Amino acid sequence: MSLTAEKSLKNPYLSQKAEILEIFQETEIEYTFRLESDFELNFGQFLEVSIPGYGEAPISVSNFTDQWLELTIRKVGKLTDRIHDLEEGDYLYLRGPYGNGFDFENYQDKNLIIAAGGTGLAPVRSLIEYAGNNLDQLSDFEVLAGFKDAGSLLFERDIKRWRQKFDVLLTVDKTCDIWGECVGLITEHIAELHLENIANTEVIVVGPPPMMKYSIIEFQKLGVPDDQIWVSYERKMHCGLGKCGHCKIEDNYVCIDGPVYNYAEVKEIRD
Amino acid sequence: MGFNFSENGFNQLLESLNQDYQIYAPVRKKNKDSFSANDLITYDLIKSLEEIELTVKSKYSAKEIVFPIRETLFHFVEGEQFIASDTDDKYIIFLRPCDRNAFKRLDKIFLENGPEEDIYYKRLRENVKFFVIECTSGFDSCFCVSMESNTVEAEDYAAFLRFEENGVSCEVNDQDLAVEFSSQAEEIKFEPQFIEKNKVEVKLPDREKLTNEVFEHQLWTEYSQRCIACGRCNTSCPTCSCFTVKDVLYDENKKSGERFRRWAGCHIDGFTEMAGGHNFREDYGDRMRYKTMHKIYDFGERFDFDMCVGCGRCDDVCPEYISFSKCINKLSTIIEEGV
Repeated sequence: MSLTAEKSLKNPYLSQKAEILEIFQETEIEYTFRLESDFELNFGQFLEVSIPGYGEAPISVSNFTDQWLELTIRKVGKLTDRIHDLEEGDYLYLRGPYGNGFDFENYQDKNLIIAAGGTGLAPVRSLIEYAGNNLDQLSDFEVLAGFKDAGSLLFERDIKRWRQKFDVLLTVDKTCDIWGECVGLITEHIAELHLENIANTEVIVVGPPPMMKYSIIEFQKLGVPDDQIWVSYERKMHCGLGKCGHCKIEDNYVCIDGPVYNYAEVKEIRD
Repeated sequence: MGFNFSENGFNQLLESLNQDYQIYAPVRKKNKDSFSANDLITYDLIKSLEEIELTVKSKYSAKEIVFPIRETLFHFVEGEQFIASDTDDKYIIFLRPCDRNAFKRLDKIFLENGPEEDIYYKRLRENVKFFVIECTSGFDSCFCVSMESNTVEAEDYAAFLRFEENGVSCEVNDQDLAVEFSSQAEEIKFEPQFIEKNKVEVKLPDREKLTNEVFEHQLWTEYSQRCIACGRCNTSCPTCSCFTVKDVLYDENKKSGERFRRWAGCHIDGFTEMAGGHNFREDYGDRMRYKTMHKIYDFGERFDFDMCVGCGRCDDVCPEYISFSKCINKLSTIIEEGV
């Protein structure tokens, strides 16, 4: 049953223990956990997160530095219920990082538009932070963030800070609005965008499947070619290693080939 | 090197191999099938030639020896993780060419797909020697010839065996075993034979013509009605490699437990379900379409050969009499005639 430390390093199913440094409440059911980290990360990658005895789940890294990373976790099941009972100083168990992530080179010197729906903002948050701190590397930068209602607004403190540097359009689907701002589906606001130089524009769309589908249609209507649209897919990435099969779509294993895809390459694929 | 054994001679060989190897072969278990008063033909340890069941196809393949139905990944005690122990057992598996070729498919997924090897599969797989059973007539539902998995190369086996009326003829490739074989038998010339025609033949759809339009075809709605999502086709398949990872805490001590993996199947409920309850393939017909495309198209796009080996076990076990070979042929006809 025992083994040497050297042997354990080669086992990709083993997790490493990470201390929770800080916890931020986002909504009633979503909290962001900041954890100590020495992972080498790219924007939009994910980790397999667990508490031994309660299971394991794929969670996007919602921000990171060399010293820490953040995971924004919704309380929806046995594992995440347990995670929400944890406090600063407790531990989570992590393995990864997995997936390709967003390669910033694809957006260098371009007009970058990121459209995120709900928790879809989490996997692009680190990219938004980087872009906001390096605006000279982009020609223009704009974020559109859509939420179901005011109660599901995520990263409020970040959005306020981001707005001092670049445009962030906020919208809620219906009724109660956020900070007296836009009401209506994110797709309606995409339709109103004035894209001046489409050839130099790159678009990232991340969110629930219906939001992604209809947002992409709106961008296509504006004339954005498919190969200038980027998506990140959420599937049941159970092992993260291309073995367990749960996340496979046609000949793609989302956990290793994705989750980030150029839309031109995946527009035809079907679950 | 070829050898001929009498029945006694072969049993002596098995006895001597048994000192170093656990020997698995298809066996008949009286009244053990899920249907009462039916025998179960499955893999188990054997010690003699008489125990090997050669007259009918095994219901399950040999994959569970290397990819167990339930396998502990690691134990944990208050967060410390301990990799589940590894035995140094060595295995010999008696299997037909289709099932030997099925292991090539499993090797692709567990050892080549993704950035890292699956150590649990690898540590068992490394200790396996294959004894291929010559199969020249097959069984009713087999279509291995169409799937090009009716033959094996010499490098794919340690020994190749022809079971005859009064003994066993064979070829040995494995130098470690050659001494044991030669000490019990007379040397002969041996040429492996393979089945050249099955009763069932499938025509694979033209890859170039296999577009996503066929996903919408009413062909799949037939299976929405017939399939009951029991997953028998998945569990009996020698190439189905999907699994789910689960944790348990021990009743006696809630601070310790284990993480294990268990076979999963794309026909079974929950396979694509994400936290929060969203499923990507609710409809059973969609699951049939997904499995079909995986077995005869998607896997082949990623690797050099199709996943299905044409063993026909899925046809044998389906409680709704769904035939995978018929499904492939229907698909081909639809593609040929234009969707």
